[in-house]
Amino acid sequence: MPVQFINTALRKTPSWLLYVLLPIPGLVAILAGLTGNLGPEPIKALEHELGEFALKLLIVGLSVKPLLHFTRINLVRFRRATGVVAFGYVVAHFLTWFLLDVQLLSQIWSDIVKRPYITIGFVAFVIMVPLALTSNNWSVRKLGHFWRVLHRLTYAVAILGALHYLMLVKGFQIEPLVHMAVIFVLLAVRVPKLRRSIQISLRSLGDKILKR
Amino acid sequence: MACRWTNDLTKADVTPESLWLNRRQVIGGALGAGALGSIASPTMAEALKLTSWDDITSYNNYYEFGTGKEDPSANAHTLNTSGWAIEVDGMVDAPGRYSVATLTEGLTEEERIYRFRCVEAWSMVVPWNGFELKDILDKVGVQSGAKYVAFETAFRPDQMPGVRYGVLDWPYREGLRLDEAMNPLTMMATGIYGKSIPNQNGAPIRLVVPWKYGFKSIKSIVRITLTDKEPPTSWNMSNSGEYGFYSNVNPTVDHPRWSQASERKIGGGLFNPRKPTLMFNGYENEVASLYDGMDLEKFF
Repeated sequence: MPVQFINTALRKTPSWLLYVLLPIPGLVAILAGLTGNLGPEPIKALEHELGEFALKLLIVGLSVKPLLHFTRINLVRFRRATGVVAFGYVVAHFLTWFLLDVQLLSQIWSDIVKRPYITIGFVAFVIMVPLALTSNNWSVRKLGHFWRVLHRLTYAVAILGALHYLMLVKGFQIEPLVHMAVIFVLLAVRVPKLRRSIQISLRSLGDKILKR
Repeated sequence: MACRWTNDLTKADVTPESLWLNRRQVIGGALGAGALGSIASPTMAEALKLTSWDDITSYNNYYEFGTGKEDPSANAHTLNTSGWAIEVDGMVDAPGRYSVATLTEGLTEEERIYRFRCVEAWSMVVPWNGFELKDILDKVGVQSGAKYVAFETAFRPDQMPGVRYGVLDWPYREGLRLDEAMNPLTMMATGIYGKSIPNQNGAPIRLVVPWKYGFKSIKSIVRITLTDKEPPTSWNMSNSGEYGFYSNVNPTVDHPRWSQASERKIGGGLFNPRKPTLMFNGYENEVASLYDGMDLEKFF
């Protein structure tokens, strides 16, 4: 079975590799900004790039379970890295906004309070803090069942992050809508009833292909 | 009659732009006499440092070619501006289809260095070449009952990849009150830095209204209509709570989603701080009287 082959290969891949690889696009963007290679408005470009990559990593993290359920490909070992690095991107995104974009402490707070899309982004950031802090084996052991409940907050973080994106664009734009739609699909397939019916239809589809 | 307005800057503010410099000195000489007498405080001069040609032509909002800032410069080459015709209709004495050349024939071409403030809180300083809109309107003869001017951008699905998406209700439309259109600051631009205006900046002819947010300065115009009713305008149709018909630059009236009190001038790199936004984008003396007695929070 190819799935077993893939899973064996995955088991041999160290998960720390992701902590090295995933930050690279962000570091490249920062370097491009510092060297004047991020276009005429590098601050916004960097801010958007970091934010969008964070959201994409959250989506990758949310795909791990459905992938396991529907294809048996097991990426669970790598999920923590995607979440932790996503948090790193959110921190960098926030700092870019704070230190380079707005710069004024007084306006930072008034923006967080007054501008709904910033409020939503900030709430998502705050929610991520306890999740990042408990992304270690010791916390998983200590918190037991509560850890799983706590980490379901990633669903909220992903929705808030996509909403933050959707609310900041002008006019009716496709990209943030696609992100939001993907997140909704990834959450919907977690509903047990829906999950089981998808699994059953996938299995019968697989049988049909095998019989041919 | 043109040259009703002169730039409030001196030659010292000019960034040497190798190709441009010689020509500028000729034109600048003619305008300079007036400019020297007007206000040119050091802060004004600093604020009027020209944005580079590269930045002006690669950081654009022109959604017909995509919503990304680099999309227009990457995609707008497909726009075919040869044989361009502008339909002038409504309450005018000489309606008809005009080429850019016939519409501007005999008029004085001027260089105008204007601040350009986008509603997204970024700004540029652009050396436009073009004509006062008043001269063009006088040429076609505005009838006495007309109160507004409506403009329309070309809508060409085969040349504009962005119109496949319903980002806005195409074609793009804008409008001005007649007195705004007749103000000496209001111009129709056909060039930047003395070169033909690039497609991504609104070739072959566009409006420039420097005291209003950039989206009012409609690009690639194919229709000008004189009317007695306030015309529908694209961003106002899309979201009337965020984009008013007037859309004058006003640091005291925020966009519902972001502050308009400050702006960032394009071209300053990664550590470029925001600067305070000026009332009417710095053209208060010239245009504030147009809005006497109006509540600018209501008519934003």
